[in-house]
Amino acid sequence: MTELLFDGADWNFSTLQRIHDTCETIAQRELGLDTYANQIEVITAEQMLDAYSSVGMPMFYKHWSFGKHFAFHEASYRKGLMGLAYEIVINSSPCISYLMEENTATMQTLVIAHAAFGHNHFFKNNYLFKQWTDADGILDYLEFAKGYIAHCEERHGRVAVEQTLDAAHALMSHGVDRYPGKKKLDFREEEKRAGKRRLYEEAAFNDLWRTVPSGPAKTHATLNVERRRALLGLPQENLLYFLEKSAPRLASWQRELLRIVRHIAQYFYPQGQTKVMNEGTATYVHYQIMNRLHQQGRITDGNFLEFLQSHTNVVFQPDFDDPRFSGFNPYALGFAMMQDIERIVTQPSEEDREWFPDIAGKGDAMGVLRDVWANYRDESFVSQFLSPHLMRQLRLFHLHDNPADRAGILVDAIHDERGYRRIRRELARQYDVGYIDPNIEVVDVDLAGDRRLMLRHTVVKGAQLNETDAKRVLQHLADLWTYDVSLVEVDAGTDKVLKEYVLNPRIQPAAA
Amino acid sequence: MHIIDRRLNPGGKSLENRQRFLRRAKALVQGAVKKTSQDRDIKDVLEGGEITIPLDGMDEPRFRREGGTRDMVLPGNKKFVEGDILPRSGDGSGRRSAPGQGDSEDAFRFVLSKEEFVNLFLDDLELPDLAKRKFAEAESEGLQRAGYSTSGSPANISISRTVTRALARRVALRRPRPEAIAQLEAELLEEEDEERRAELIEQIEALKAKAKRIPFIDPIDIRYRRFETVPKPIAQAVMFCLMDVSGSMSEHMKDLAKRFYMLLYVFLTRRYRHVEIVFIRHTDRAEEVDEQTFFYGPASGGTLVSSALQCMHEIVRSRFRPSDWNIYAAQASDGDNATSDSEAVARILTSNILPVSQFFAYLEVGESGGYSFEMPDSALWSLYEKLRAGGEPLSMRKVRDRSEIFPVFHDLFQRRRPQEKVAS
Repeated sequence: MTELLFDGADWNFSTLQRIHDTCETIAQRELGLDTYANQIEVITAEQMLDAYSSVGMPMFYKHWSFGKHFAFHEASYRKGLMGLAYEIVINSSPCISYLMEENTATMQTLVIAHAAFGHNHFFKNNYLFKQWTDADGILDYLEFAKGYIAHCEERHGRVAVEQTLDAAHALMSHGVDRYPGKKKLDFREEEKRAGKRRLYEEAAFNDLWRTVPSGPAKTHATLNVERRRALLGLPQENLLYFLEKSAPRLASWQRELLRIVRHIAQYFYPQGQTKVMNEGTATYVHYQIMNRLHQQGRITDGNFLEFLQSHTNVVFQPDFDDPRFSGFNPYALGFAMMQDIERIVTQPSEEDREWFPDIAGKGDAMGVLRDVWANYRDESFVSQFLSPHLMRQLRLFHLHDNPADRAGILVDAIHDERGYRRIRRELARQYDVGYIDPNIEVVDVDLAGDRRLMLRHTVVKGAQLNETDAKRVLQHLADLWTYDVSLVEVDAGTDKVLKEYVLNPRIQPAAA
Repeated sequence: MHIIDRRLNPGGKSLENRQRFLRRAKALVQGAVKKTSQDRDIKDVLEGGEITIPLDGMDEPRFRREGGTRDMVLPGNKKFVEGDILPRSGDGSGRRSAPGQGDSEDAFRFVLSKEEFVNLFLDDLELPDLAKRKFAEAESEGLQRAGYSTSGSPANISISRTVTRALARRVALRRPRPEAIAQLEAELLEEEDEERRAELIEQIEALKAKAKRIPFIDPIDIRYRRFETVPKPIAQAVMFCLMDVSGSMSEHMKDLAKRFYMLLYVFLTRRYRHVEIVFIRHTDRAEEVDEQTFFYGPASGGTLVSSALQCMHEIVRSRFRPSDWNIYAAQASDGDNATSDSEAVARILTSNILPVSQFFAYLEVGESGGYSFEMPDSALWSLYEKLRAGGEPLSMRKVRDRSEIFPVFHDLFQRRRPQEKVAS
């Protein structure tokens, strides 16, 4: 059992197989991970650049914006401004991991442990991925999307397809369902329920109710508005869905394009919400696996040092005043929190017992972590498990910047007894998608008049939309809707209208 | 677990996307290419390289929020305590936007390949006087394969086609195979039963007769390769570089001329498969020289432009038949010429050179500094001006500074609408 997996930096395919199998044994027997089958693909730097520009997917439809990203990445890679990732992993079944051919044997071990087991376990078990993504179907769907879009280009012209896709991409961040929809009843169910209700009313009939005064009857106009809104499913925050179902003049292929973009946005939606957890999980898993490999004598001390060096680079978190600082490093924060949970579970202090009575001293670190990985997303994870110990260690503090306050920026809380809860709440909020994306919804359509589409942006904490970009996006929206589009920015607290945009479609609707 | 080696997969998966991007950004990229090429040495013009374009029109807008009250949690507190007020550090506190997105003033840098660069560089340029080229095209004809025919010369028999057809016919008509006959004959030798022998002999005879009736190759199988004559475009051009090397031409002026010649060369090589260059330098007499001598060789003397034109005319007559060659000429000079020479120049140009040339450009070079339109009209310039006014297809420009070369070149070869006159 003490045979080395590899010696030196070189590897070949049988080395990869050996590494994978050994990691798999550790992952399944010792860490209790549950993963999709793995598919490991070895690629070159150029192919990695290709993958970057198609958001990491092995295939994607053609669009100029991907070319733009490719040109950008290529330029910075050539100049040496940017290194390439060691791997890319795709949430699919089987789980595909791309490994760069330049990696040394140690790096390949690290990457396999990180992607093929860490990310893979997270994809398969986290509730968000389970709820929103279909790992079995994604590759087939992309294949379909690519073929369909190419077909549309042949049939309807490249320019028309490009215009629709441009518009759809602009609205992509508002093309996701945030909550699982209510299941619609079919007619049979509906009838059954109505029958039950009638029976109940008959059984519980009391003539006295007739005499109880009710509020003023709703006017005909209000009823009409309510009926219309219900019919269109308003208010609706999934703009792409709304356009796909209700835009009056779109051709059916355009609706299908919107649908494709919407599905893809939905597929990536959980990834944006679980960056810290996803990377934290993968980093924790590779750290565990590499340590065990070293303990079992499967890798040499030299290789282990090489691993430690890359590992510390990955989990490096610069301070806020460091020129390298650019926000929290999800790897660093995630890994630190996972390790902190392990500490709380195995060697809790008095403080931990007070803050985390459920898990402190429970003893089974992997059990607790597996449960955490399955049931939380970044926001809930931080607000539940960021411990005072870690806040002190990272020396966190909270700044409140109110532009109206001329004096300066207020230090609102620091890592002390009074500040722990506030810091934790604020940090959790930074990862809350409800706060990250502007809250924009379709509120109404003027069906009786000029068919204007009315949107509303609920402004939180005074952050309004950037005007140039908002106009451009609304222009795209108006082009798809083909009638006027208006957007009002309304303050969440006071209901005061802060700004109003109205845009006309560039393509005038033809006379009916 | 599967391991798949993707390294040998065809690369360039993003090529299509990249081309779409370039197509969309074409106008912007073209502007940038031209701006870049102005500052470059002409030798490097073909090298491709990095260009910067503004993001306008290439943006991917999203709903973004800005301003308002901001709350952030940051790591690495050193000395702050709750309630501290930190002064704002001016405008610099704004977050930097991510590259490739954000405000439209941001520039976007990327690298173009050599091929892409040259294509964009020369994209909206066109060779003048295409009418003549078409006329010239009809002069020479070439042969081109055009399928098969049932008649032709024996030299053109297409063996593979003929044999295939013969085989198909033999199979279709069930011609007995020699092996089948041989097998029956072998059987016949060993067979002792008379009745059976007779039967076999009869079978063999029948087969042989059939094989005779159905020939191995029939005249109807034969196919000949067919050729068609097609008008062949003249794919060769000759470029005459004429330059005054008398004492009045400074190094700077020669440099300007050289740049112009190189651009012309690059341009011609993209349009013609084979381009010859002839260097003619002149003082008061002209000679054909090699490139090195042309640009750097010492020479001095008076100036007689007609000598160079005469020399060119002789070379054309002896080596470059106008019906086989596209002839381009570019003359560079500071404009000095002996007054007595004017008549000879006009005569040779109008009667000998312009009728056979696709294009004749005159580039008047001046010392740097000042504006080229301020250059006083020289003797040669006035002469050419007069010829042009008389309807001769001459192109002429004045150049003073390195950075003007490209615009002038571009101006001369710009794609024109049909109704505009070619020689401006």
